[in-house]
Amino acid sequence: MTDIARPQAPAAGPKPVERPGRFQEFWRYFSENRGAVAGLVVFVFLVAIALAAPLVAPFHPDEQFRDRLLSPPAWTEGADSRFLLGTDAVGRDILSRLIFGARFSLFIGVVVVTISLVGGIVLGLVAGFFRGWVDTVIMRVMDVLLAFPSLLLALVLVAILGPGLMNAMIAIALVAQPHYVRLTRAAVMSERGRDYVTSARVAGAGKLRLMFITILPNCMAPLIVQAALSFSNAILDAAALGFLGMGAQPPTPEWGTMLAEAREFILRAWWVVTFPGLAILITVLAINLMGDGLRDALDPKLKRS
Amino acid sequence: MFGFLLRRVGLVIPTFIGVSLVAFFFIRLLPGDPILLMAGERGLSPERYAELLTRFGFDRPIWEQYLGYLGALVQGDFGTSIVTKKPVMDEFFALFPATVELSICAILFAVVLGIPAGVIAAVKRGSGFDHGLMATALVGYSMPIFWWALLLIIVFSGILQWTPVSGRISLLYFFPSVTGFMLIDSLISGQKGAFASAASHLILPTIVLGTIPLAVIARQTRSAMLEVLSEDYIRTARAKGLSPFRVVGVHALRNALIPVVTTIGLQVGTLIAGAILTETIFSWPGIGKWMVDSIFRRDYPSVQGGLVLIAVMVMIVNLIVDMLYGLINPKIRYTR
Repeated sequence: MTDIARPQAPAAGPKPVERPGRFQEFWRYFSENRGAVAGLVVFVFLVAIALAAPLVAPFHPDEQFRDRLLSPPAWTEGADSRFLLGTDAVGRDILSRLIFGARFSLFIGVVVVTISLVGGIVLGLVAGFFRGWVDTVIMRVMDVLLAFPSLLLALVLVAILGPGLMNAMIAIALVAQPHYVRLTRAAVMSERGRDYVTSARVAGAGKLRLMFITILPNCMAPLIVQAALSFSNAILDAAALGFLGMGAQPPTPEWGTMLAEAREFILRAWWVVTFPGLAILITVLAINLMGDGLRDALDPKLKRS
Repeated sequence: MFGFLLRRVGLVIPTFIGVSLVAFFFIRLLPGDPILLMAGERGLSPERYAELLTRFGFDRPIWEQYLGYLGALVQGDFGTSIVTKKPVMDEFFALFPATVELSICAILFAVVLGIPAGVIAAVKRGSGFDHGLMATALVGYSMPIFWWALLLIIVFSGILQWTPVSGRISLLYFFPSVTGFMLIDSLISGQKGAFASAASHLILPTIVLGTIPLAVIARQTRSAMLEVLSEDYIRTARAKGLSPFRVVGVHALRNALIPVVTTIGLQVGTLIAGAILTETIFSWPGIGKWMVDSIFRRDYPSVQGGLVLIAVMVMIVNLIVDMLYGLINPKIRYTR
C-alpha cells in the first residue's frame, strides 16, 4: 500500500525495480493507452536530443551565416541544403537553435515542477495534518494566488524580479503552487483518519514521520498526475513569457523567445515562425499524452471512464 | 441556501484583503524608489520629492500606509496612471468592454462547438469520430495560443487575405460608443458595412482565445455524458420507449451539464490569461493588452490598480459560478 508512488520513477523507462509486481501492473495499464506510449517515446526522444544537443546540432546555436539571412527550409526552392529548417533573420540555423532550445524547455519544466511540487507538498501536508488556524492561513493565501490569472501574476512577478529565464521559472513555480497545496491537503485529510495512520501514531511515530513517511506515499497518485500537467503548463507559460519579452532574453534559443524575434517576419518567412511553435506544441502534447496515461494507470477511480 | 450564500461571500473578504496586500507590496517590492515609480517624473527637486513623500504617505508607518491604501480601494480610488494622468478605474472600464466582448464570443464559440461535439463523441463511443475528436481536443489543449494566432494570421490574413490583421474595426468607420461592444454599437450606428467590419475583426481573436476552452469543454462534456449514460434512469428512459434523441438530449444532457457549467466558470481565469496574449498579438484594445503595455511603459500605478480590478472581476465571476452551481446542484449547498 505504501508504494503506490513507486511507478513514478520507472515511467521514464523500464528499469529494474524492487517490486516488479507493482511496476508490471502500472505498465500494463499505461501501455494499454497507445497515446501515452507515443507520448513517452516522443518525450524520451526529446530528452535524448536535449542531452546530446552539442553532438546532434549541425551548428552552434549562435553562429551567424551573414550571407544566408532568412534562407528557407532545405526542401523548398532557393534553399541552402546545409540548413534543414532554414535560417532566421540574422542567419542562424533554426534546427540547431531548436535542438538547443529543447534543453531550456525541459529544464524549465523540471525546475518549475520540482519547486512547486516540494513547496506544495510541504504546505499541503502541514495544512491537512494540523488543520486549525495554520490550515486557514495557508489556504487563504492560496486563494489569493488563485484569484489572479496565472500568466498575469507571473508577468507582474517578473516585473518585480526583472526579466530573465531564472526569474520566469520562479514566477511560474509560485503560480503553480496552489494546485499542489490543494491536492495534497485534500489527500492528507482523507488519509489521516485511516486506521493505519492511527496505528502508526499509537506505535509512537512522531509528527514528521507520520506526515512524510506514513501518509505522504499514499497521497502521491494525484500529485504525479498534476506534476505531468504542470510540467507542460510550465513549458507553455515560460514560452508565453518569452514571447512577451519577459522570459529568456535574446539571443537565448528558448522557443518562445525565438517566436518573439520572428514575429515581424511572419508574412515574409513562414518557417521562422512555424518551427519553434511546432516544437512547443509537440513537446507539450507528448507530455499531456503521458499525463493522461499516468492518470489512467495511477488513479483507479478514473481508470474506466 | 442563504447560509451557503453567506459562507461563500464570507470567503471573498479575506481573499480581497490578500489581493490588496499583493497590490500594495507590488509597488514597494519593485526595484527603485517607490516615489519616483509612483510619480513617473524625472529629476525631482528635493522640495517636490518631500511633497510627494507626504502626498503618497510614504513618511507614515507601513500599516498606516496600507490602511490608507485599503480605504482608498474601498472608495473606488485605484490610483492614477503615470502616462495618461487619468484615474486607473476610468482607464480600466473604458477598455473592459472590449475584453468582455472578445471573451463572450470565445466562450460562445467553445460552447456551441464543444458541447455537441462532446455529446456525439460520448454517444458514438469508440467510433472514428470519438477518437478523432479526442485527439483534436488534446492538440487544442496543448496549443501555445500565441503561435496558433500567428499561424492563423499567416493563413487567413496573409495568404487568403480574408480577415484583417489587428484592431477592432476598420478605420473607415467612426461612431460614438454606446454599449462599448463593437458588434452592437456598429449595428446601432446604422453605417453600411460597419457590422461586417467589426465581425471580421473578431473572428481570428475569437478562435484563438476560444481554442483551449473548446478543447476543455469537449473533453469534459464527453466524460460527463459517458458517466450519465450508464445511469439507471437512462436505462429506464430507454426502456419506456422514449426516442434516443429525447433520452440523450433531455434526460442525459441536463445532468451531464452540471459539471460542464463549473468547467465553463473555471475557464474565466484562463480566458484573462489568454486575453493577455491574444489582445497583444491582435492589437485588441482590451485590458490584457493594457496590462502588458503598462508593464512595459513602467506605468506601475496602472499595473497595481489593474491587478486589483482583474482579481475582483475573477472573484465575482467565481462567486456567481458557485452560486449557479449551488442552484442547479442542491447537494453542494449542504456538503461544503
